Amino acid sequence: MTYLDHAATTPMRPEALAAYAAVLADTGNASSLHASGRRARRIVEESRETLASVLGVRPSDVVFTGGGTEGDNLALKGLYWARRRVEPARRRVLVSAVEHRAVLDTVQWLGAEQGAEVELLDVDAAGTVHPDALAAAIERDPAAVALVSVMWANSEVGTVEPVAELAAVAHRHGVPFHTDAVQAFGQIPVTVGEDGPDAIIVSAHKIGGPVGVGALVVRRGLALEPLTHGGGQERDIRSGTLNTAGVAAFAAAASIACAQAPRESVRLAALRDRLVRRVQEKVPGAVLNGAGLSGSQRLPGNTHLTFPGCEGDSLLMLLDARGIECSTGSACSAGVARPSHVLLAMGASEEHARGSLRFSLGHTSCAADVDALVEAIGPVVERASRAGALAGMTGA
Amino acid sequence: MRVLAAMSGGVDSAVAAARAVDAGHDVTGVHLALSRSPDSGRTGARGCCTLEDARDARRAADVLGIPFYVWDLAERFETEVIEQFVESYAAGRTPNPCVRCNERIKFAAVLDRALAFGFDAVVTGHHARLDPDGTLRRSVDPAKDQSYVLGTLRPEQLAAASFPLGDSTKAQVRREAAERGLAVADKPDSHDICFISSGDTGGWLRQRIGSRPGPIVDSRTGQTLGEHDGTFAFTVGQRRGLGLGQPAADGRPRYVLDISPVTSTVTVGPADELDIRRLVADRAVWPHEGTVSCQAQVRAHGGVVAAQAEARGDELVVTLAAPVRGTAAGQAVVLYDGDRVLGGGHILATAG
Repeated sequence: MTYLDHAATTPMRPEALAAYAAVLADTGNASSLHASGRRARRIVEESRETLASVLGVRPSDVVFTGGGTEGDNLALKGLYWARRRVEPARRRVLVSAVEHRAVLDTVQWLGAEQGAEVELLDVDAAGTVHPDALAAAIERDPAAVALVSVMWANSEVGTVEPVAELAAVAHRHGVPFHTDAVQAFGQIPVTVGEDGPDAIIVSAHKIGGPVGVGALVVRRGLALEPLTHGGGQERDIRSGTLNTAGVAAFAAAASIACAQAPRESVRLAALRDRLVRRVQEKVPGAVLNGAGLSGSQRLPGNTHLTFPGCEGDSLLMLLDARGIECSTGSACSAGVARPSHVLLAMGASEEHARGSLRFSLGHTSCAADVDALVEAIGPVVERASRAGALAGMTGA
Repeated sequence: MRVLAAMSGGVDSAVAAARAVDAGHDVTGVHLALSRSPDSGRTGARGCCTLEDARDARRAADVLGIPFYVWDLAERFETEVIEQFVESYAAGRTPNPCVRCNERIKFAAVLDRALAFGFDAVVTGHHARLDPDGTLRRSVDPAKDQSYVLGTLRPEQLAAASFPLGDSTKAQVRREAAERGLAVADKPDSHDICFISSGDTGGWLRQRIGSRPGPIVDSRTGQTLGEHDGTFAFTVGQRRGLGLGQPAADGRPRYVLDISPVTSTVTVGPADELDIRRLVADRAVWPHEGTVSCQAQVRAHGGVVAAQAEARGDELVVTLAAPVRGTAAGQAVVLYDGDRVLGGGHILATAG
């Protein structure tokens, strides 16, 4: 099997799996006062310190969550509610048009149910939000802005956003800046620094850890209303028994992923470039979406290609039949592929968006994976374009 | 063979896919998403293509260990089936959307796509038999036989179709599903029109077409008996829901005899005026010469009547040995020799 879908989830790293299994075998609620509880608490706090260290923050800034989506919900709703309580006039929520649904659906709910005025920030053809565009949007009515959210790196096309500059623009107006760093963390440096984002979301299963655990890194002094109530285990903003095994495995995965990232990002970028080059040799019409391969505007593991005249879900099915696993981006709840809102926001036509596939590389990827894809892609595209012609796709 | 199993989420298509697996084929399951905004759950036996149906189909594919995908055919279904259904009603005809869906979606759009992908056949859970020579026959279960809704398929459509359930009764299929551990074994049968989940066809059509009032006229006296909101709410042969306060002079029940959308007139009269002895259909499938003695069926799950059928140019003329009641343009006529389907077409006109 050729797994080219690391952006969806990654295989567990052996170290994370070992830590996970070892802690799961033990008993102990980190909030209990006895010896088992203390043992669990020690694991949680050591894990928190590990994560804080790789993120360049203080341990107390790290709030463990049940994953990236929960983290985004907590940060966005929590920030909005907390801001509105103090300054009811702050209703504007500015987010990029290319956010993950965990952010878009959350702010749309705030707009529909909680009085927020949601504004989508335009992106360029590569999917980048320009700091000038953010500044112009804020300056239309700065006193009414509740928060800004722009992802660190795009989950579909891998575009790395200029988060430091964007955060600085927000801070000039005293506006908190949230970023979903789920795709970036572990691949490229994600550090907070003095003037960086105020709330950062990371997730374990994208870096070789388990599903169901993540963290919200939130600057001290920034008020957040909790989403869940019931014990206040995590800084009174996140309740629920701590997932000791999950955070231990998360920390194990994070420390290895971040230690290896400088070398690994070079290796993956080379593999990615080879994948694009060789696929385009086989299918000369294939178009790379997002930022170019040179420079640091693109995640090292991300490839996103449109195959004109083909439907992405046809390609996916035909590749799947040959043991090659990739993604078309977003699917609705019934499993029907939808044209990506990210590509549409970047100015692509619906047909161009429908014909795209994401191949995402990660810690288990190797040259043989690329070779397997290159061998299959020619006949697969030929078949899919025959079906595409039936569906009236022009390939133009 | 590489075969594509169309899986609706019901028991029939799940067992059909299972039998294809047992037959040694390389089977891929596909659920057709036909609704643009599917309901999340199912209410009783009405509707299909809900998210719950998609999940049931996926679960059955998991149990069978076959790959599974959802194909989005909502746009095609909207233009080829739903819009045609509305236009047909607006023109005073009574279409059968299942016939249309088989002709244009399942054994056209889906089949063509499957062949383009390199599949050799499409397997469905229809209750009908298909002989190796391409002859379509009724299912062994007369109560569940679906050969009528397949009867207008052309030979090249049937050539790449496979109906593994034709030799089994519905009860056998359900029992087999339970034995195979398929959770859909006791799921209710679907009936009615899948895209009208309320079951209220008249109300649904009124929403799509809007109000088009007109008179309800007595066929014998020419007298206007009442008003209606739109001819689409009526089908030829309908007795209930006419909303006529007064009984006929002779006290006999009145039926819809004719629908004229141009003048928005609904004509009603006694049952004997509904009798049809002759009908003309388009020649969808009729590979026969001369006059053929056969049996005609004009609606799903309807009875058959002895008939003589003969091609005249592009049309098929069917003379019935005994009158049938309430047959309307738009319905399909399928002609049988015993359990063997000879061909069929779509009714253009009828005569008493």
